Amino acid sequence: MKSAVVVFPASNCDRDAAVALEQITGHKPVMVWHADSDVPDVDLIVLPGGFSYGDYLRCGAMAGQSNIMRAVKEKSEKGVRVLGICNGFQVLTETHMLPGVLMKNAGLKFVCKPVGLTVVETQSVFTRKYQAGQRVEFPVAHGDGNYVADAETLDRLEGDGRVVFKYAANENPNGSARDIAGILNEKRNVLGLMPHPERVCDPLLGGTDGRAVFEGLLEALG
Amino acid sequence: MNAPVAVTPEVVKDHGLNEAEYARIIELLGRTPTIVELGIFSVMWSEHCSYKSTRVHLKKLPTSAPWVIQGPGENAGIIDVGDGDVCVFKMESHNHPSFIEPFQGAATGVGGIMRDVFTMGARPVASLDSLRFGAPDHPKTRHLVSGVVAGIGSYGNCMGVPTIGGETNFHSSYNGNILVNAMCVGLAKADKIFYSAAKGAGNPVVYVGSKTGRDGIHGATMASAEFNEDSEEKRPTVQVGDPFTEKLLLEACLELMATDAIIAIQDMGAAGLTSSSSEMADKGGAGIEIDLDKVPQRETNLTAYEMMLSESQERMLAVLKPGREAEAERIFKKWELDFSIIGYTTDTHRMVVHHKGEIVADMPVTALSDAAPIYERPYVKRKPATGTPKFDPAKPAMESLLRLLSSPDLSSKRWVWEQYDYTVMADSVVRPGGDAGVVRVHGTNKGLACTTDVTPRYAKADPFEGAKQAVAEAYRNITAVGGTPMAVTDCLNFSNPEKPEAMGEIVAGIEGLGEACRALSFPIVSGNCSLYNETQGEGILPTPCIGGVGLLKDVNRMATVAFKRDGDALILIGETKGHLGQSIYIREVEGKETGAAPKVDLALEKKNGDFVRGLIETGRTDTVHDIADGGLLVAVAEMAMAGEIGATLRVNFEADKFIPFLFGEDQARYILAVPADQADAIIAEAKAAGVAATHLGFTGTVSASGAPALDGVGLPAVTVAALKATHEGWLPAYMKG
Repeated sequence: MKSAVVVFPASNCDRDAAVALEQITGHKPVMVWHADSDVPDVDLIVLPGGFSYGDYLRCGAMAGQSNIMRAVKEKSEKGVRVLGICNGFQVLTETHMLPGVLMKNAGLKFVCKPVGLTVVETQSVFTRKYQAGQRVEFPVAHGDGNYVADAETLDRLEGDGRVVFKYAANENPNGSARDIAGILNEKRNVLGLMPHPERVCDPLLGGTDGRAVFEGLLEALG
Repeated sequence: MNAPVAVTPEVVKDHGLNEAEYARIIELLGRTPTIVELGIFSVMWSEHCSYKSTRVHLKKLPTSAPWVIQGPGENAGIIDVGDGDVCVFKMESHNHPSFIEPFQGAATGVGGIMRDVFTMGARPVASLDSLRFGAPDHPKTRHLVSGVVAGIGSYGNCMGVPTIGGETNFHSSYNGNILVNAMCVGLAKADKIFYSAAKGAGNPVVYVGSKTGRDGIHGATMASAEFNEDSEEKRPTVQVGDPFTEKLLLEACLELMATDAIIAIQDMGAAGLTSSSSEMADKGGAGIEIDLDKVPQRETNLTAYEMMLSESQERMLAVLKPGREAEAERIFKKWELDFSIIGYTTDTHRMVVHHKGEIVADMPVTALSDAAPIYERPYVKRKPATGTPKFDPAKPAMESLLRLLSSPDLSSKRWVWEQYDYTVMADSVVRPGGDAGVVRVHGTNKGLACTTDVTPRYAKADPFEGAKQAVAEAYRNITAVGGTPMAVTDCLNFSNPEKPEAMGEIVAGIEGLGEACRALSFPIVSGNCSLYNETQGEGILPTPCIGGVGLLKDVNRMATVAFKRDGDALILIGETKGHLGQSIYIREVEGKETGAAPKVDLALEKKNGDFVRGLIETGRTDTVHDIADGGLLVAVAEMAMAGEIGATLRVNFEADKFIPFLFGEDQARYILAVPADQADAIIAEAKAAGVAATHLGFTGTVSASGAPALDGVGLPAVTVAALKATHEGWLPAYMKG
């Protein structure tokens, strides 16, 4: 499996994503600069966490207008898998590659802690290695992770099996509608999620629950 | 702000310079200074930049060891952590700005200390923040806590540097003068360290980073005077942070540092362009000539005075090898940062500043450094507080424990550290809430253990022993995770050095630090002094804060505070005499801040510490906690809460020894949990090594309903859930108002 990690100015989980990818797939991902207009031929593109362009406008809004995101969008339309983590999820909603928006956390504060998640949907290349209903724990670290969409969109996402991760009961850290932590696009090749699977791929870092995301991708994409 | 042009006695006084200092300036220049020169002298000779009150005493501190690569005097200290890796670290105060404007003050404190670390070629890998606020019921405290924590989070989180530790305490002496001490720890390669000495003439001086504006003018001078009612008017002297630009500056600097184009580099911190340009020239034995028209400017009509004194953030000054300008410019443009060649080094040993075709300053660089005034201020060493406070031996201990766990100083600080990203960089192996935070050295199995410590109430009662205790506590916290203590950085927060009694606290404090650092082979490699922490005549508790760094050879052989298994034996290392003087118990339960501070036996600290570390390194225990604020019972409760596993203390005591045993704050103590079948052997080994060890009890206790619980002889069972509820409850409830 060949992969790429996009680097926006003030991305700060680009290295973390690259380390997890290399450890699990055995191949170093290509680091792609935000000002470039092309993404190399890869099977997976990761949009990492961070504060792209400082997030002084809405989170992810500036990154959504970058050269590289036009290319990422084109690739995704051709079926290339895209994984947006945290700020990457925000960028995906800003480019309308995923529906809804990520608002300021309900508690109005940045929140960093491990949270329990339920794997709702395993019919996806990102979650195929998990069991449906399985509880996993990933850390969150964000100020704007409160997922909001209209009722019709939320019904459609749930009805189509596109809500893949939900915060476990009473563990929703940000007020997200219907406890949504991660969603797929209609073609199911783009996943955005607020929690960080790449930070739980090493037993010394509080668990390995995140590994299955990358192992599943590796198994599916070779 | 338009600078006045004429230098009158009034103007000199407004610059914080006394008559003798002004006379010295005239003597050094051979003429009356220009207003720009006066401004430059004012900041460079300020207490904050010149250490004029403390320099003679700081010389007494131990600053070297075979593993120390760089001691005090550079942007940060450097130690060798093996395999070609070096650790670069420093702690610095941002007290005055944070009181005036808590969010920006704290944010720029974090930004400033990170620049000090990456300007030396290191990537910052951990942040810690030692915070001291006024009494919880003071009307400003809640607002200050909220602003400072949000400010630290906003900067550190955007930078992508995990905040892995720190302290948050409250005391009425900080009502008008909070303390915000930020520490940054970075990693570099031994052959890629960058210094600030601008050696050689004719080399280009480049300005990179953000544009210069009018913010922070005279910040260093502000930090060198007492506060009064008008301090809020100084809000414009507080800088505004832009962590996004700093993140770009970090990446751009590290990219340029991967080449060999740089001769010297220094960040523009306190006193901005003035200190960076004059210090680089001074350290390199060179001169410097700069043209302010070339300085990137955010506002129109900036005067030379304003540009030289601005403390706009996220700026660096570098001296390049001639001919490498284009290569450097390409890197900074890629990161969308300003880049401008503003001058050249010279061989004149003078700092010459041009503006709009005129020379606005022309002075010998040594006038700002070596010739800066040094004071042997008169001091009086107060007699340390003595005695043992009276207490009521009949008070129920479990009720007192619950009270201590929910007291402002001992309550959980989760509300604070959950606002900081402590998992970014995917190397944080021990997270906030334990003894020391630990980050793995990326790509290796080594770890850096980091902690900040001081117990100001001890330092007030006995400045000498209190300072020793701060060092010993840092030593213990690093030892408790399995680290070998390597070196420290210090933030010496004291009140007005012009008052002999306050100066006596400073002198005794520095002597105490020196003695402890020498005895523990724990040299001081960087730090700063923050004096004049006084508002309307009332000084803070002396607060010599210590930032310690230790090395773990293998993060797989590490200990944390959490109980991990039922049925482990609890072993108490160290002797318990039951020292209640200045204890949290006496303060919270008996309502007194009295008695002698605990004495610190440094030889014992070393012996006990070496024994505990040995057990961790050989894999014989993975559960260790040092005993500090609140004493033994608080330490056991913290271990139970962290692991959600109960425990029983089976020690039997006479009634009058019971409270001192449980809540005394004797030093050099740890609690270990070890497999039950190993307990006797470990106790025997301890005794053979001359280390006091007691079998204290065991883990795994449950209540009648099966919930994990803490109990003991004379201690009725309380569930761990109940301990946690009270421990976690206070701060969130307080912050809600």
